Amino acid sequence: MTNSWTDIKNTDLVVIMGGNAAEAHPCGFKWVTEAKANRGAKLIVVDPRFTRSASVADFYAPIRQGTDIAFLLGVMNYCIQNDKVQWDYVKAFTNATYIVKDGFEYKDGLFTGYIEAKRDYDKSTWEYVIGDDGYAVVDDTLTNPRCVWNLLKAHVSVYVPELVERICGTPKDKFLKVAEMISEMSSPTKTMTSMYALGWTQHSKGSQNIRSMAMLQLILGNIGVRGGGMNALRGHSNIQGLTDVGLMSNLLPGYMTLPTEKEVDFDAYMSTRGFKPLRPNQMSYWQNYKKFFVSFLKSMWGAAATPENHFAYDWLPKLDVPGYDVLRAFELMNQGKMTGYVCQGFNPLLAVPNRKKLTDSLSKLKFLVTMDPLDTETSRFWENHGDFNDVETAQIQTEVIQLPSTCFAEDEGSLTNSGRWLQWHWPGGTPPGEAKTDVWIMAQIYSRLKELYRREGGAFPDPIVNLNWSYADPGDPTAEELAKEMNGRTSATLYDPTDPSKVVVEAGKLLPSFAALRDDGSTSSGCWIYSGCFNENGNNMARRDTSDPDETGAYLKWAFAWPVNRRILYNRASADLNGKAWDPSRKLIEWDGQKWAGYDVPDIAPTAKPSEVGPFIMNAEGVSRLFARGMLRDGPFPAHYEPFESPLANIVAPNVRGNPVARVFKGDFAQFAEPASEEFPYAATSYRLTEHFHYWTKHVWVNAVLQPEFFVEISEELAKEKGITKGGWVRVWSKRGSVRAKAVVTKRIKPLICDGKPVHVVGIPLHWGFMGAAKKGFGPNSLTPFVGDANIETPEFKAFLVNIEPIAGPVA
Amino acid sequence: MNMELSRRQFLAAAGAGVAGSALGAFGFGAVESAHAKAIRDFKLVNTTETRNTCPYCSVACGIIMYSKGDLKKGESAEIVHIEGDTDHPTNRGTLCPKGAALLNFVKAETRLKYPMIRKPGSDKFEKVSWDDALDRIARLLKDDRDKNFIQRNNDGVTVNRWTTTGFLAASATTNETAWATYKVVRSAGMLVFDNQARV
Repeated sequence: MTNSWTDIKNTDLVVIMGGNAAEAHPCGFKWVTEAKANRGAKLIVVDPRFTRSASVADFYAPIRQGTDIAFLLGVMNYCIQNDKVQWDYVKAFTNATYIVKDGFEYKDGLFTGYIEAKRDYDKSTWEYVIGDDGYAVVDDTLTNPRCVWNLLKAHVSVYVPELVERICGTPKDKFLKVAEMISEMSSPTKTMTSMYALGWTQHSKGSQNIRSMAMLQLILGNIGVRGGGMNALRGHSNIQGLTDVGLMSNLLPGYMTLPTEKEVDFDAYMSTRGFKPLRPNQMSYWQNYKKFFVSFLKSMWGAAATPENHFAYDWLPKLDVPGYDVLRAFELMNQGKMTGYVCQGFNPLLAVPNRKKLTDSLSKLKFLVTMDPLDTETSRFWENHGDFNDVETAQIQTEVIQLPSTCFAEDEGSLTNSGRWLQWHWPGGTPPGEAKTDVWIMAQIYSRLKELYRREGGAFPDPIVNLNWSYADPGDPTAEELAKEMNGRTSATLYDPTDPSKVVVEAGKLLPSFAALRDDGSTSSGCWIYSGCFNENGNNMARRDTSDPDETGAYLKWAFAWPVNRRILYNRASADLNGKAWDPSRKLIEWDGQKWAGYDVPDIAPTAKPSEVGPFIMNAEGVSRLFARGMLRDGPFPAHYEPFESPLANIVAPNVRGNPVARVFKGDFAQFAEPASEEFPYAATSYRLTEHFHYWTKHVWVNAVLQPEFFVEISEELAKEKGITKGGWVRVWSKRGSVRAKAVVTKRIKPLICDGKPVHVVGIPLHWGFMGAAKKGFGPNSLTPFVGDANIETPEFKAFLVNIEPIAGPVA
Repeated sequence: MNMELSRRQFLAAAGAGVAGSALGAFGFGAVESAHAKAIRDFKLVNTTETRNTCPYCSVACGIIMYSKGDLKKGESAEIVHIEGDTDHPTNRGTLCPKGAALLNFVKAETRLKYPMIRKPGSDKFEKVSWDDALDRIARLLKDDRDKNFIQRNNDGVTVNRWTTTGFLAASATTNETAWATYKVVRSAGMLVFDNQARV
């Protein structure tokens, strides 16, 4: 989230699209209710199902899953055609005025430079024209036909309401009503918030779904303001934190990236991370990358990371492919190229697509280690549970070690919520049996591995035996020790670079914030964006002061928010070019002639003049990007692509199947149903129920009572067509698997008319498996395709094809 | 008295039967204290309160756990009740149908209690000691790393990577766990590394 849960009360319009906050984030959704009740805010819900969020909406519009980009580009087109644009914001705070290189164009569903054999683009034309002064060329008059604004205007112009209706199945009048309500938010004194979740991410073009709305929010001037923003409602309590700390194949902590094997040494790595400003006077904060990077390496390898060995740069593994994400991991396993897998609090057998492939893959491992508070399906993938897990146990040669871990109630530390608040929590109960914390387990594994390398030698032991592990008890580091290490500290006294007589931080102290980081090895910080979370003032994540001056919803003294306790990202953009709030009733920070100050920690240098320094300080431009240059693999602008399994071919680009640059492994393409398949005619989607959390609460008897049994949801029309009765049994199958379920026949789902043809939606909730207190059941991953988003590999769970038929129920 | 009682402190104090004296300080006198004495003690008065946050979705609602026994005093502690934290700015004491049943998650019958091992081809888990389980894991990891670690690629570039064993990190562990995990996984050169952010 750019903003926070409590900030939603400040909005005028909530758009829930790609999520269902009322059911999946109920206590956060209360802030929508608050805005409706106290500000007269309106709520729009756009979803294939009439969800509980929709049931309290001021306006609901149906949409076919996987067509959000067409809808949003349609809204953008409406705003542009009807002059509903916050012009001052767009001209000053976006790259609308930047001139794009000749040669860049979009045609027949593809951008310039497509290389079919590689499913990739040569992106060399997706760039600005750079002038003789070294800066990007801009046209403040927006008359140059090659400026971003004019290219965008042309790009979205095809998405007229009639085309939106054909693609999305949203009746034209409903689309127009949504577009009109949204367009009113272009006023500087109106704001809209976007609340989305996996309904947008779990598509082969998930990143571009989100980008579409972010662009719309920029056109309306709604980023950086109270009650505005792009608010990703994360699905788990700490996937925000796990990602911030960099637990992904290609990441280092704080959104730095792991070197590739092309970056042969430290200097080669840094050479592409200069982040030279693209316009005069801009901060381009990533220019400090070297400070973050060196401080991270110092946290990893301490005294062994020296200027002479480039702070142990060589000890980081180097990537040969973009990333070894979970889909690639299972693909490699399936090819027999992996030996072992460790699952820490993750149940991939239910969470990753194409269940059969997963079982086959796990069966090829030599060993599997699981750490979990619960008895998961993954740890028992080898156990036969009839058709709920139909395996030949004796044939599976995988050794499985199942480790019992503590749960939240027995563990101490911080979790990062959707609004980037790091909240410390304390243990209140004794763990059951011999269950141990994950930190203890990791420390014990590490200590043993290190000891083996010390004793026996082996493959390149240096990074293991030299790992900085200076905890009071190396076998059980405390949460506080680890938090301080992420915050960072000095190893030498830091002096002010402009006045060497002034001491900034003394040696051996915790860093006040990342502003103090150095690139000479005198500072360490495990995760630079978390710096400030635990400094000499104490554990800021443990703060519990509820004060909130003028009730803005900021709660600056409650816990700690990254970065530097800032509650609304890009908050400089809440004020105009003179530094005055666009909306005086929603003041956030303002320029007082000398400095920035207000209700939040300014997202700009405190003395940066408003007319000179742009608000988007992390971008080399100083402004936000309507045109993303080469930063996304599938285009600088979003374009409509159908899901890989779709009930109709792509209307705007009939020859393009799915996202043209999404990675598809060889065997998986053969397992996709054809577009407009007769064999698999129905458009399926997956979702959560309010009574359950993922695959955890089926272990909780209360929730197992509330929603005991797997079901699928279909319309009355489809039920009639197929002879399916309410509560009757059905079989649902895709090209990859089959499930059986009870049918919930509902008015919540209605057939959509897309390009003149009815499309039936089949809803498949995701909470059942073969372990726990609830009845045994199936999940959508028995059916879903093994393909991810082109940029970040989020699996396409939200749009796939199935067939359905009534069956006789099991014998009771 | 401290007039800046938080909402939660006030509710707890009122519930614990000291409301009479607190109200007495406001000037209500003996009537309230007599009335308060007639009310039995709050059931949770002898429990230890611990602040935590709900481990499910990312709203991160504040919760209070009530335990018999106090971990801080070195005692063993059994959680007997969990409720919403009324001081929490986001949820203000409310919980959803999942959070309201958290106690039953903590006490679920399928909580794991002991390390187990399933041998190749076997149809059952067998109990194993922590030492044996951890020694075995370290051995399996080292053998595979020693066998498949790639120090240099075909062009002679130092790559120091290990791609035959992977690590899938969680969605609800603490940031501190994440950092400890990161250090262990990356220092080993592991690249097959992911978390649950996408699913």
